[in-house]
Amino acid sequence: MSVLVRTLFFAAYRDRFGVSELSVDLPRGSTVADLVAELRGRGAPFDVLPEEPAVAVNQIYSFLDEPLMKGDEVAFIPPVAGG
Amino acid sequence: MVFAEVRSDPINAAGLLAKVGADEDGVALLFIGVVRDHAEGRRVEGMRYDVYAEMATEVLHKIALEASERLGTDRIAVVHRFGELEIGDVSVGIAVSSPHRAEAYGASRYMIEEIKRRLPVWKKEHYADGVSEWVEGTTPPGTGLDGSTHALPLADEGLA
Repeated sequence: MSVLVRTLFFAAYRDRFGVSELSVDLPRGSTVADLVAELRGRGAPFDVLPEEPAVAVNQIYSFLDEPLMKGDEVAFIPPVAGG
Repeated sequence: MVFAEVRSDPINAAGLLAKVGADEDGVALLFIGVVRDHAEGRRVEGMRYDVYAEMATEVLHKIALEASERLGTDRIAVVHRFGELEIGDVSVGIAVSSPHRAEAYGASRYMIEEIKRRLPVWKKEHYADGVSEWVEGTTPPGTGLDGSTHALPLADEGLA
């Protein structure tokens, strides 16, 4: 069994990765930290992702130990700069 | 009534102000954030705001509701823009009305500070030398990364 999640990249991340969205298949029981490790393990350009990036899961800011479920939307949030 | 939205079309500041106001209110306050022509010594010719639209709409609405609860007025309208902006364009607008000035100033200040702290919006400045760079931002609270979990202590600043 695996878990398919939808990852979103914004601003500097999107520029660096050249994509705004990616579907990632993870083993069941994976957390956000596992997703980060999977992406960083792909090498360039994903290895510029910090080990501990800020994320939002299903549009709510979340910790890295948040468990992921099938269909979750995980957004990687570079430091915000509104106003 | 609390109104919050993110939009790509220009912000109509007067229209925003017209969304607030009530017979019991003695004050209406309009804050606008405007794109300026310089940043840390560099000439800026414009900027692009990127947004996580679905989440930003929710977060902006939540910020407005928090301001409403803290300051006791629900006459609040807040709009943040995204897309390409020129010098002088309005990037954010906040209108508040309340019986007395302290609540309006408090609510307005609370919202702009929280927008800067946690609205999922990013800006890329376009400099006169042709270079464009993302502005260094703030790691939002709630991610376990910045150590802070509490909102701005308004009472301590004499704004509440």
